[in-house]
Amino acid sequence: MLEFPTWKKLWYWGLTLVVAAAALPSLFSVLGLPWPSALPNPQVSLGLDLAGGSHILLEANEKQVAQQRLENMEESVRARLKLAEPRIRIGDISSAGGRLSFMLKDSAQVDAAREQILPLTTGAGLTGQRDWDIAVEDGSRFILTPTREGLQQAVSNAMDSAIEVVRKRIDALGTREPTIIRQGENRIVVQVPGLDDPTALKNLLGQTAKLEFKLVDETAAPTDITQGIAPPGDEIVPWSDPNAPGSGGVPVLAVKRLGGIKGDQLTDAKQSFEQRNNSPVVSITFDQQGGAKFAKLTSENVNKRFAIILDGKVLSAPSINEPIMGGSAQISGSFTVQSATQLAIALRSGALPVDLTVVEERTVGPDLGADSIKKGLIAMGVGSGLVVLLMIAVYGRFGIYATIALIFNLMMILGVMAVMGTTLTLPGLAGFVLTIGAAVDANVLIYERMREERKKGRRVVAAVENGYKEASRAIYDANITNFIAGVLLFAFGSGPVRGFAVVLIIGLFTSVFTGVTLTRMWVADWLRKARPTELNV
Amino acid sequence: MPLLKLVPDNTNIKFLRWRVPFYIVSMILIAASWGLILTKGLNYGVDFAGGQEIEATFTKQAEAPVAALREQVGKLGYGDPVIQRFGAPNEVSIRTKLPESAEGNPGAAEAISKKIIATIRASNPDVRIESVSTVSGKVSGEFRQTAIYALGLAMLAISIYIWIRFEWQFGVGALFALFHDVSLTLGMFALLQMEFSLQIIAAILAIIGYSLNDTIVVYDRIREDLKKFRKMPLPELLDMSVNETLARTVMTSATLLVALIPLLFFGPESLFGLTAAIVLGIFVGTYSSIYMAAPILIWLGVSGDSFVPTESAVERQERLARERSAKP
Repeated sequence: MLEFPTWKKLWYWGLTLVVAAAALPSLFSVLGLPWPSALPNPQVSLGLDLAGGSHILLEANEKQVAQQRLENMEESVRARLKLAEPRIRIGDISSAGGRLSFMLKDSAQVDAAREQILPLTTGAGLTGQRDWDIAVEDGSRFILTPTREGLQQAVSNAMDSAIEVVRKRIDALGTREPTIIRQGENRIVVQVPGLDDPTALKNLLGQTAKLEFKLVDETAAPTDITQGIAPPGDEIVPWSDPNAPGSGGVPVLAVKRLGGIKGDQLTDAKQSFEQRNNSPVVSITFDQQGGAKFAKLTSENVNKRFAIILDGKVLSAPSINEPIMGGSAQISGSFTVQSATQLAIALRSGALPVDLTVVEERTVGPDLGADSIKKGLIAMGVGSGLVVLLMIAVYGRFGIYATIALIFNLMMILGVMAVMGTTLTLPGLAGFVLTIGAAVDANVLIYERMREERKKGRRVVAAVENGYKEASRAIYDANITNFIAGVLLFAFGSGPVRGFAVVLIIGLFTSVFTGVTLTRMWVADWLRKARPTELNV
Repeated sequence: MPLLKLVPDNTNIKFLRWRVPFYIVSMILIAASWGLILTKGLNYGVDFAGGQEIEATFTKQAEAPVAALREQVGKLGYGDPVIQRFGAPNEVSIRTKLPESAEGNPGAAEAISKKIIATIRASNPDVRIESVSTVSGKVSGEFRQTAIYALGLAMLAISIYIWIRFEWQFGVGALFALFHDVSLTLGMFALLQMEFSLQIIAAILAIIGYSLNDTIVVYDRIREDLKKFRKMPLPELLDMSVNETLARTVMTSATLLVALIPLLFFGPESLFGLTAAIVLGIFVGTYSSIYMAAPILIWLGVSGDSFVPTESAVERQERLARERSAKP
């Protein structure tokens, strides 16, 4: 137990010093000292509760993804069967209950229809996983039910592109070092350090920015559509601002469901001013394909009105005075300069494939964090001072070993955190203090055991040896149970609380190493050199 | 210089003589804790209750104008705000419920916090807003659920580990001691109506870990003594084990306390609840290792034979070989 060959000593010292040295850059920056730029510079990153900033948790609306998929499926089925040779006629289409059902006009075409639909229902993946189940009831009614796997895949895809859009929008705001991570199936965590007022950010992320241009159905009677009765082929869309010019005092507008243009084919969008009355507008530029579609729509419908619809609400419904061939257009609405700029950013970054809502938000001012670090360090200093005093008063020389071990322990925790890139949070500071108090427990167990063994009349060396041997069982068991609690805290905890778990878990490993292994090495050295006849412990 | 001794050598305190009265008192305390938790309830913070919490410091006032704030914010029509001091007397947290319409609607939630902050600032120009948290009902519900899972799983997993390392009686004893510690800590939070947040769950998990340290050290010694003194009556043996480890128990609790108490007084205000919970847990946990975890072994029938292998190593090898060959 007390034999340490040179290679082992070198290895222990090397490990200790290298890991502890990794803590130095972080310590230097806390103390405001310059760190030589030639050396590697791993830093412990500070959590938002210490650095200040905003944490926003966004949740995607999964139902909306399912609905969107259902609509797309309906369109594909219609298009596909229409183009089939011979044409397959269908009717009584319904998407109630989350599944698509329709009736064949001619039940003899069941096999032909199935052949047409089959390619639409298989996923693109290699697994050949079916995205939709096809069932035929009563000989001519097709029922397409989305499979769970298909839906999950769709949500996952939507989330991937949503994260991209979120990233583009945050970059457009010019915020520094944002962290954007997917959490669970349908959530996105956005963390922006140093951001005091997240209003603009939240508004931007909360905007889906789905832009549509649809023709207004002038034949619909205002009294009917306010009651929700729409002419066939129309949909009723509310105005975003019921007093907007052009609404005529009617809060909703009937537009043609099909034949519109989606605003996702843009190359640019920016805030500008309308020439006539200098009110803020958003100027958009279509890409080639979108421009061609827009030109066709406007040239076929001169003197009619088209509605500009954003996220399901009508912004404005200008008349088409002449065909718009240049591929650019202006979106007017009741904008302020700020809201127009925001819409321009949202349109430039593309529409979110799914609505995101803010389900959790935490913003910490910059002063609080700096204050917490200062107070935490003071408390840590006083606490460790008292622990050291107590250990030295009770165990003398051995208390000094425990103290040196404790200093290395704290440095090593910080070093491991810096190298692993984990985050130090406010509860993490408490974790450090708790570790200071608990790490010396291993030493206490060993030294008390040594005392006992000596009282039983064992020789000095045997007492030390037995002290380490007999105490190690309890030390390992205790650390493993603490490890279990720590891992569960890490797994179930969120944000700041995880920082607490991280410090505790790293501290368990380092404290066994410094408190047991290193002190044993030092004690063994002392025993060999001083050859004590009494153990003053 | 002579070394300091927190516990004199060779103590022989008859801890277990009073085990029945102590058990009765502990049972009453556990029952009272749950009574308080169920009737008075825990004062859930924004993590678990949902809603909005604004932390503010009044930089030029010695004390935060709590009564005035309660009235002013209450008038805004978001229900009665929960206003609490935390740390220094000029620091408060103001918690309001979110109306149904503002759930997950950033604009509406934002407007509410803006309005509250403006109201406070109008009569207190010196106010500094430290943090704003908004947690929707859905997320706070999930936090509550995961907290219960985490606590339950931790207690269970640790007890199973003890069961594997020792004997089933020790696992039950450890589980019971943990249940005692968690109950009393929760009970204290219900009694004092201190804010119960995610941080407190972290504190309770830390308590579970450290209370178990004590239990394990005592159990380890009981196991050792059981093997050595097989004929000794169990209560006497438990007393001996507890006395032998007493110096260590006291010293470790002392180092933990001297490390943590400065954090209580000089540390950041927002860590007060967490630290207070752990400090309380150290007392409760040390007590429970001696008075809850040890005596239960008497009632569960641990004896010196518990750790004597029923078959020798050679017999075991032979049995395993037989079992292997029995299977085709």
